Amino acid sequence: MAALGVSGLRKTYAGTEVVAGLSFAVEPGKCFGLLGPNGAGKTTTLRLCLGLTAPDSGEITLNGYAIPSDAQKARARVGVVPQFDNLDPDFTASENLLVFGRYFGMADAEIKARIPQLLEFAGLSGKADARISTLSGGMKRRLTLARALVNDPDIVFLDEPSTGLDPQARHLIWDRLKQLKSAGKTLILTTHFMDEAERLCDSLIVIDHGRKITEGSPRALIAEHIEPQVVEVYDEAGGDLAAFVDACGQLAGRVETSGETAFFYCADPQPLLTELANAPGLRYVHRASNLEDVFIKLTGRELRD
Amino acid sequence: MSFAIFPVGWLPVWQRNFLVWKKLALPSILGNLADPLIYMLGLGYGLGAMLPTIEGQPYVAFLAAGTVCASTMNAATFEALYSSFSRMHVQKTWDAILNTPLGLNDVVAGELFWAATKSLFSGAAILVVITAMGLTNGPMLLWALPAIVLTGLAFAALGLIWNALAPSYDFFMYYFTLFITPMTLISGVFFPTDQLPGWLATIGGWLPLAQGVALIRPLLAGQVPANALIHIMALLATAGIAFVIALHLTRRRLLK
Repeated sequence: MAALGVSGLRKTYAGTEVVAGLSFAVEPGKCFGLLGPNGAGKTTTLRLCLGLTAPDSGEITLNGYAIPSDAQKARARVGVVPQFDNLDPDFTASENLLVFGRYFGMADAEIKARIPQLLEFAGLSGKADARISTLSGGMKRRLTLARALVNDPDIVFLDEPSTGLDPQARHLIWDRLKQLKSAGKTLILTTHFMDEAERLCDSLIVIDHGRKITEGSPRALIAEHIEPQVVEVYDEAGGDLAAFVDACGQLAGRVETSGETAFFYCADPQPLLTELANAPGLRYVHRASNLEDVFIKLTGRELRD
Repeated sequence: MSFAIFPVGWLPVWQRNFLVWKKLALPSILGNLADPLIYMLGLGYGLGAMLPTIEGQPYVAFLAAGTVCASTMNAATFEALYSSFSRMHVQKTWDAILNTPLGLNDVVAGELFWAATKSLFSGAAILVVITAMGLTNGPMLLWALPAIVLTGLAFAALGLIWNALAPSYDFFMYYFTLFITPMTLISGVFFPTDQLPGWLATIGGWLPLAQGVALIRPLLAGQVPANALIHIMALLATAGIAFVIALHLTRRRLLK
């Protein structure tokens, strides 16, 4: 049975269909990614899955319970890391965990027994009595993650868990999420960081305008949608990028130009690299293609607000 | 951890607010006491010296009973407006709770009972002070405590309606200017309502603060309130109906 099953999900706000017929299933013990540009419907989809708003139509099953009718029962075995920290500023780190555990009907003794291991997991062992205002952004995020685990959930929802964090803090969060996956938890993650999805997700869907545009494992999606190598060429020192694209475009499978950069997607980059060695004024980066390339190809380069 | 053994979902919400309050309990109680007592003593003795006895008691004792009622109302109202709004809108505490097995009914009920608890703290603190000053009469005053809770529940529920509609803190000013302040003046807190034009006294008599005054003032004077059951039912009905409306409006606001 799927940890989370969604079919034909629709939700309209003020005449705009924010979720427009979404279907997907999340296998237990896997990390599932819900990807999409800003405004694609990711957060609304999470709220629908948690029973915090009722769909216009469609079916949701979370941990065996029908949502939204049995959402409160389902949430007893679920943890949530929201997009914006909503820790209790009046409490210390350990008080935050205690108070949150009570919302799950846990006895104080049971919660207090869990607090040291939760803080240790979050790398906050010395911070039990620290007030929230004294914690850094990364520490708050980790405490929010610890708080989501207070009820030892089977399924953890994470809404953009590493947004706004520095690289060190981000890597620590990723490391902890991998540990949770090893411990058999199901992770459901929204993100617009493609490297995050590529590292963590076993499978993912990309949504845009409330619709699923593709699904699969990160590796399969890269193989399916995009050439394996990318050469990014920048017009930096008065070189003629347009002329270079005209002359050498046929050396790549596909060329995309965006502002002062041309992206050459190719199976064999060698002939292109040889040409670039003789092109003055142009700089380039050669790399393997990644999920971000797939994402951009599928959702376009225009800004989303 | 299942719901079978966890029937009172509002309790952990109440406990959360209580834990915050406990950290600041002393300044909070002193703050709740100081302002109403200054008014009561100033007006009660200063103005009261020029007045005859009212309903058989000195003006300061008459005003002391009114002050208990007004403070009860204010404590519940401030909590249900400013403090609940902070938790709901600014700190997003309610959003965090809604990610757990608790429902919005538990959150709003927890806030309702908490605001009523705050009004009990406030009303009881003033009760202690005025009793020490000899402004109450006899053990009947202990019955004022449940009357304070009832009054607190009614105003907590009314405040939560306004909270659910508020775009910002500024919005609460209207509630005080248009509802709380005029009601305080026509509900018999500062002077008997028979001083008012008949139609205004009639309106005042229907307002929830007047129900609280009609229960609490006689109890503090050592008398059984007239028509007690009607006033109790009126406060209960106000609390119940206002809570249902507040819950509906909050659901529309947060879970749309």
